[in-house]
Amino acid sequence: MSAPMSRFSRVGRWGINSVAVLGFVYLFAPILVIILFSFNDPAGKFNIRWTGFTLDNWADPFAEKQLTDALWVSLRIAFISTIISTVLGSLMAVALSRYKFKGQGGVNLFLVLPLTSPEVVIGASLATLFLNRGVDFGYATVIIAHVMFQISFVALTVRARIRGFDWGLEQAAMDLGASPIRAFWKITFPLILPGVLAASLLSFALSIDDFIITFFNAGSLVTFPLQIFGASRVTIPPQINVLATMILFISVGIMVLGAVFGNLRRKRQGETL
Amino acid sequence: MGLGVLLLLGTGVILLATEITSGILAYIVGVLMAVALVGYVASIVRGTPETRRSVAPYALLKPGMLWLSIFFLAPLWALFVMSLSSKESRFDFFPSFTWEWENYQEAFTRFRPQFVRSFTYAGIATVLTILIGFPIAYVIAFRGGKYRMVLLGLVVIPFFTSYLIRTLAWTTLMNDNGPVMNTLETLRLVTVFEWLQIVDNGRLLSTPAAVIGGLTYNFLPFMILPIYVSLEKIDTRLVDAAMDLYSSASGAFRKVVLPLAIPGIFAGSLLVFIPASGDFVNAQFLGGPNTTMIGNSIQDQYLKQLNYPVASAMSFVLMIIITVGVLVYSKFMGTEELA
Repeated sequence: MSAPMSRFSRVGRWGINSVAVLGFVYLFAPILVIILFSFNDPAGKFNIRWTGFTLDNWADPFAEKQLTDALWVSLRIAFISTIISTVLGSLMAVALSRYKFKGQGGVNLFLVLPLTSPEVVIGASLATLFLNRGVDFGYATVIIAHVMFQISFVALTVRARIRGFDWGLEQAAMDLGASPIRAFWKITFPLILPGVLAASLLSFALSIDDFIITFFNAGSLVTFPLQIFGASRVTIPPQINVLATMILFISVGIMVLGAVFGNLRRKRQGETL
Repeated sequence: MGLGVLLLLGTGVILLATEITSGILAYIVGVLMAVALVGYVASIVRGTPETRRSVAPYALLKPGMLWLSIFFLAPLWALFVMSLSSKESRFDFFPSFTWEWENYQEAFTRFRPQFVRSFTYAGIATVLTILIGFPIAYVIAFRGGKYRMVLLGLVVIPFFTSYLIRTLAWTTLMNDNGPVMNTLETLRLVTVFEWLQIVDNGRLLSTPAAVIGGLTYNFLPFMILPIYVSLEKIDTRLVDAAMDLYSSASGAFRKVVLPLAIPGIFAGSLLVFIPASGDFVNAQFLGGPNTTMIGNSIQDQYLKQLNYPVASAMSFVLMIIITVGVLVYSKFMGTEELA
């Protein structure tokens, strides 16, 4: 792979390499700040200037009750909205990649639309619908909003992962006497599962981190990002950094585990085939 | 499909059990479960594989399509109606539909600076993400070797921390005594940056540069990943062929690599420009009173002033400008493909 590209001039190579290295520095600078400042001992209410090292914040990561409550709210919302959107989105992905039917192009376009609309517009329009109908803002409205944008992500991710999947296998199982349900559980389900899992992790992350759409539809409910936004003018406690660092390491852990298991699986399949 | 029904049922149970539904959500999930169930049963029970084949895709699509229709399309219509509404008397709490085109006039005239600023900032941020993202994607795709996946992971990792916290971290980096300003001072570059209008009165925060920097940072991966995908597909023998035919290195880059990367750059530009132009977090945290973007104004009009009609008109204008822009851009880039 790299051999032909090495024929490009040395100056060009140096240039592009150093821009890439600087790019990675740029990507990670704020992350280092977040981790570093979780060990800061801030003088005032704002944890934005380095004043001294302490482990106190890590000893009591849940000291800020409002922040912890908000994180809990976000996790509940993410859990429920992810289940709903994974089911609805995966069904759509299966329909789109398995069958040829009238209106397929229209469905594809329809799925992309929510992703190409600015979040303020989506947030404001949903809020208008809820206002018109006199729906009380709270858990339900936020979950509805999250599922709405997650469906597209799930459907597109799963569709990309199961493209080229051989649906004849399911038919083969049924020809050999398996019932449709059994064929699904034994053949189709295990094969689409990795894609579905990846999509559900993605939509979980999207839900936890969503700010703009949630801001319009939460009413008095306070999610983790809303709490940070609301409090940021009054106080920025170091626990924000501690929780953010924890979330970061947990997510990276899940990602690494996923990659390792994926590799093992591939190796095992390679041996049996 | 059996899985779908099972999980939908499970979801219904969870929802009822956690008691956090105000009726409407449980109702909707109930209806969707029924639709999925009916479609599912119909698709297996109704005899031949052929009829199953023709019914099944619609049965599978129905719940998701219903959700998107009710909570994406219908709201857009509600927003449009609201953008033409007004309060008939001062005592009305809620506006009613009156063909109030003045809302659009107000959106255009009163908030013109915010519109102009949003599209300028988002445009500059998009160009910057291409300039920074392309080399990163290029190096990962062609120099990454067996570390390609690890490097791609590194691109994504920063985005496992919350968007707001990431943006707040930039206030630490860019405040008046922060590392960035200190570096500029030690290198005696402050005057140069003031001349470049990046630093204003010895401050980096609250400047357009700070907001654009934040936007660039936050949406950078959305540029890197699509460009990487398009670069990864390039058959490097094409470059060899070009060089064997006496193309210069830069010629091969311009005539072979760049054209093949265009779909990635196009997709990346949309993924960066659209959210950036509607964003208000960066302007809120990193900007000042003179850097407010249209997202800030919409949010302010909608949630603080409760001026729903004008906020709706502004949202609609934003949406229409973006849609027209996307169409023009796709003509210009010569690609019709979105996803």
